[in-house]
Amino acid sequence: MTPPVIHKSFCIEHTYPTGAERVFRALSDPEKKRRWFAEGEGFVVDSYTLDFRVGGFERTRFRFGDGPAMATDGVYLDIVKDRRVVFAYSMTLGGEPMSSSLGTMELVPAANGTLLRFTEHTAFVDGNDGSEARREGSLGLLEALAAELRAHP
Amino acid sequence: MLHNQSLDRVFHALSDTTRRAIVERLVSGPATVSELSAPFAMTLSAIGQHIQLLEGCGLVHSAKVGRTRQVELAPDALARAESWFSSHRARWERRLSRLADVLAEDDAQETKRKAKK
Repeated sequence: MTPPVIHKSFCIEHTYPTGAERVFRALSDPEKKRRWFAEGEGFVVDSYTLDFRVGGFERTRFRFGDGPAMATDGVYLDIVKDRRVVFAYSMTLGGEPMSSSLGTMELVPAANGTLLRFTEHTAFVDGNDGSEARREGSLGLLEALAAELRAHP
Repeated sequence: MLHNQSLDRVFHALSDTTRRAIVERLVSGPATVSELSAPFAMTLSAIGQHIQLLEGCGLVHSAKVGRTRQVELAPDALARAESWFSSHRARWERRLSRLADVLAEDDAQETKRKAKK
């Protein structure tokens, strides 16, 4: 049986002590974006490309240390300079689909700089291999759920 | 905890005492539909409907083995999703912090350039 697709949203806000124009440049310039989006502690970036325009693609191939190959493939849906960016992207791990998401970045002028509001709606599509570790995790969760429901019927 | 439709369905599925008992029974291993129905004063088809509902929200699998239907708990789609979501969100939090560093570095470079002029 294919496990159900699980949907979830999250929102992260961060204020940068600079103008929207400079934040936007860091979202749209491939060299700058690579530095904060693709690179990171422990990650090896095999390739990164960004074609920042509506309909343009952004592709990252990376690994965490010696881990399996990870990839993100995205397309830009809506761009308003210095204001917002909307994109859709999917992630794979070892070639297997993990998730597909809609991401929105809004730039809002703030008293002390620019607020970036990142909102993502994610469809988690990962399959599962039924391994023992996962099975145990599952039983633990089901037991916790059952206990919760017994306590609060 | 997950806040989404899938979890609502799981909670709904487990809000029924019969279905909860079925899940608790399956925690100790797979069972056939008739084994599962034994403790209940219910028809096999009523038990079958409960199993169908549990299967619909991904909590259990069932498969035909010979002339009987074998039911077992599904691997942890929910637990796996939950841990993936937390690490995914954390990844984006680190990204937005790195963006602050990138902006600060660019600032420092610009100040240097201006000082040279």
